[in-house]
Amino acid sequence: MKNLVVNPVLNKEFKLRFRSFKSYLGVLFYLLALGLIIVGFIFIESLSNNMQGFFKPEQSRTMFMVLSILQLGLILFITPGLTAGVISSERERQTLNIMLTTTQSSSSIILSKLISSISYLILLIAASLPLYSFVFLFGGISPGQLLTTMGFYLFTIVVYGSIGVLFSTLIRKTIVSMVTTYGVTLFLAGGTAFLALIFMQLTNTYGYTGTQPTNPLAYFLAMLNPVIILMSTFEPEITNEITRSTGIEFPLWISYLISYTLIFIGSVLLSIKKLRPNMQKG
Amino acid sequence: MIEILDLTKRYGKFTALDSLNLTIEKGSVFGFVGQNGAGKSTTFSILATLLAPTSGSAYVNGYDVQKEPKLVRKQIGYMPDFFGVYDQLKADEYLHFYGASYGIPFAEREKLIPQLLDLVNLSHKRESYVDLLSRGMKQRLCLARCLIHDPEVLILDEPASGLDPRARVEMREILKELKSMGKTILISSHILPELAEMCDTIGIIDQGKLVAQGSVGDIQSQLRGERLILVKVNGNAENAISFFEDDPNIFKLSLLEGGLSFQFIYKGTTEEQTELLKRAMLSNLAITSFAEAETDLEDVFMEITKGVELT
Repeated sequence: MKNLVVNPVLNKEFKLRFRSFKSYLGVLFYLLALGLIIVGFIFIESLSNNMQGFFKPEQSRTMFMVLSILQLGLILFITPGLTAGVISSERERQTLNIMLTTTQSSSSIILSKLISSISYLILLIAASLPLYSFVFLFGGISPGQLLTTMGFYLFTIVVYGSIGVLFSTLIRKTIVSMVTTYGVTLFLAGGTAFLALIFMQLTNTYGYTGTQPTNPLAYFLAMLNPVIILMSTFEPEITNEITRSTGIEFPLWISYLISYTLIFIGSVLLSIKKLRPNMQKG
Repeated sequence: MIEILDLTKRYGKFTALDSLNLTIEKGSVFGFVGQNGAGKSTTFSILATLLAPTSGSAYVNGYDVQKEPKLVRKQIGYMPDFFGVYDQLKADEYLHFYGASYGIPFAEREKLIPQLLDLVNLSHKRESYVDLLSRGMKQRLCLARCLIHDPEVLILDEPASGLDPRARVEMREILKELKSMGKTILISSHILPELAEMCDTIGIIDQGKLVAQGSVGDIQSQLRGERLILVKVNGNAENAISFFEDDPNIFKLSLLEGGLSFQFIYKGTTEEQTELLKRAMLSNLAITSFAEAETDLEDVFMEITKGVELT
């Protein structure tokens, strides 16, 4: 553990990251984008309700949902960009070989690369927390809900980050690694929801024979989708609908935690194994 | 000490290394010569635990590169032929990073880094960003990086490539100093002729095979059967040329620019050469100089690898 805390790669990555002006610009634009959307949301909502110029406290909850889902979208968009090049860019910059001839273990290199790249995302999220004070200003949301959402972000970032690091280790070129990671992210965050909806729709269409028919496939797709999971923490009706359609009552978010933990462990272990050549005599 | 036994590396059908056998004694300097793609970098990468061989074994100070890669990494300082640097790090931070990567405590690094920077003449650049250093300085900094954990073996792949003459001289001086420190050094370089004086042994590799190994003198004497002789005359060279042309041991005679000198390859024995010179002297050919042209290591290398291609 001590090795990880005072890890040279982590130390170096922090130095490189926070010495670059781009990192601060990134935080600025991230907050600007989120801030504009919140202000825009309040503006539109206060225009469209009956009492023009007022923002109802009940709408604060909707705003929280919009903000949270938007933030999730931004996280899913940024994570591959930050992680899918961590190893391949070192390879392209011709610094990886030198690093691999040091006595640092592969696991230390992979984990510190992962931690350093996602720590920037955590900074983005932490910096966005004051924006959530808009929500608290109007009420309608519990601090517990906010903490759950933040925990959910952290977990999702770590898992998607590990997928990025895996492709960055396996694929030589950063650009190909990026495209692959974005492809997988798009499938997990969008494709699974789309397919789950199709399967649920198909089940319901053929379901007018008296009893509710079930098809478990949609459950396994939905449990991989971070957007559905996040929304289900706001709207329990989503979980109920999935349970009705698939016949599986096991909580969806636990399945998400289990499946994503497995993806994380698999990605990290494979990255560690593939970082250096397999020297064992065959 | 480094021992390489039947080392083979294949990429699909292409054989990069073909049953290479090599022993390098502790504290010696070994020069590895070969054309691009001959297998030098492949050998170095295997020794640096960056590449797994297809078959065969390699040992660094008795540690097997495949079975004990971690222990091998402690023994070696590796400088690849092409390497990059981090653009936002200063020279001393660069060395701190690699020092920490070898598990050297901060306090110890603080003492070591000024000494290393001094060794490679970069003390004045301690606070400079690595990316802004000249190529020669980067190479020297990389060499300092190789030394940070005080390895016994240095594996330097083309450490002087792309350097201007002054930077090459500086690099050579540093290497001499490292040799005097008792390091075992493996070096491949285009400027091997310049380094010949500091190499105890050289190995010539061609198409993945070691075609010659020995001291610089040994390898040059392998070619002693053939000597390049340069003759200078005072006045008309034609008489002299027609005299030498008749000798059966003389080949490829050519007149050099200016018309006052010519050279040829002599394949006779030294006794025959003495006889030839005596006869020439007695023939009033107005010869001012009759000398063996120095064959440098590059000529030796070209000669040997040419022979391999023919067979």
